[in-house]
Amino acid sequence: MEASKQEEAAAGGKQGGGGACCRGRDARAVESSRKESKVVVPVVHDDAEAETEPCVIAVDDSSVDRALVTALLRRSKYRVTAVDSGKRALEILGSEPNVSMIITDYWMPEMTGYDLLKKVKESSELKQIPVVIMSSENVPTRITRCLEEGAEDFLLKPVRPADISRITTRMLLH
Amino acid sequence: LVLQGYLDEQFNQLEELQDDSSPNFVEEVVALFFKDSPRLLTNIELALEKYPQDFYRLDSLAHQFKGSGSSIGALRIKNECSIFKTHCNGRNLEGCRRSLQKMKREHANLKQKLETYFQLLRQVGPQECAVNSWK
Repeated sequence: MEASKQEEAAAGGKQGGGGACCRGRDARAVESSRKESKVVVPVVHDDAEAETEPCVIAVDDSSVDRALVTALLRRSKYRVTAVDSGKRALEILGSEPNVSMIITDYWMPEMTGYDLLKKVKESSELKQIPVVIMSSENVPTRITRCLEEGAEDFLLKPVRPADISRITTRMLLH
Repeated sequence: LVLQGYLDEQFNQLEELQDDSSPNFVEEVVALFFKDSPRLLTNIELALEKYPQDFYRLDSLAHQFKGSGSSIGALRIKNECSIFKTHCNGRNLEGCRRSLQKMKREHANLKQKLETYFQLLRQVGPQECAVNSWK
C-alpha cells in the first residue's frame, strides 16, 4: 500500500484536511490540497452531534507517530485531523473554527512544536486553544520552556492511553 | 516466541489499540515504520560517508529512527540507536559505523520476524497465537 493509504488505514479511516473536521451523516473524504499530508476525516454522526464533538489537530512529521496519536485520540472519542508539519497545522487552524486542542511533536523540521506553540499563543484568534507538546526526550529545560510559553501539558513519547486520559480530564476542568 | 527480545511493551500498546474499527492497526503501523525506516537508514549512511561528518545531523537522524522504532516497540533498534547517539556525542566515527551496521541488522531481523508473526496471525488467528510469550 502507498504511504498515504497506509496512514489512513492505520488511523482507522481517513482523517481530515483543510476544512478538516467534517460534519455530516456519511463517511466521506475531504483531502487536503497538499499530497504529502493527505488527511481525511471520517464522519459518521449527524450534524448536531458533530458540532458538539471536540476536534483535535495532531502534528507530527513521523507517519508512525501520527497514526499512533490519532488512534489514541479517536479512542477517547476525539475527531482528529493529523498533519505532518506546523506550517500545515497553521493553515488548517486558519480555516477550521472548531478546534479544541492541538497536540504536537516537539522536534520537527522547519517549525518545531515550540515554534508552533508560540505562534498559536501569539495569535489573538488561536491563543485560547490548548496546546500539548510531545517529545521522546525528557529534557527538563525544554519542558519548562514549553510550559512557560503556555503549553497545556508535555507528554513523553511513546504516548499512552493514560496520557490522553489525563489531558482529557484537564480539558474538561477548563 | 518468534518475537522474544525484539519488542517491548509498546507493541502491546499497539495491540490494545486494535479493534473492530481498526482490525489491522498493528500491521498497518508496522508497515508505516518499515516504509519510512529504509530512507532514514540510507540518510544516516550517506551522512556518515560525507566529509567532514556532521555529527549533529547524524544524531538528529538517529533520533528520528529511534523515535519511530520506539513507537512500535522495536526494543533492539531503540537500544542500538541510543548507542549510535552516544557515538555521535563522542564524535566517534568508527563507533557510529559499527553501530549503523548493527542497526541495519536489527532492522532486517525485526522485519523478518514481524512478517512471520503477521503471517502466523493470519493463519491461526490472534487467540491461538502465543502473543504474550515473546515478552
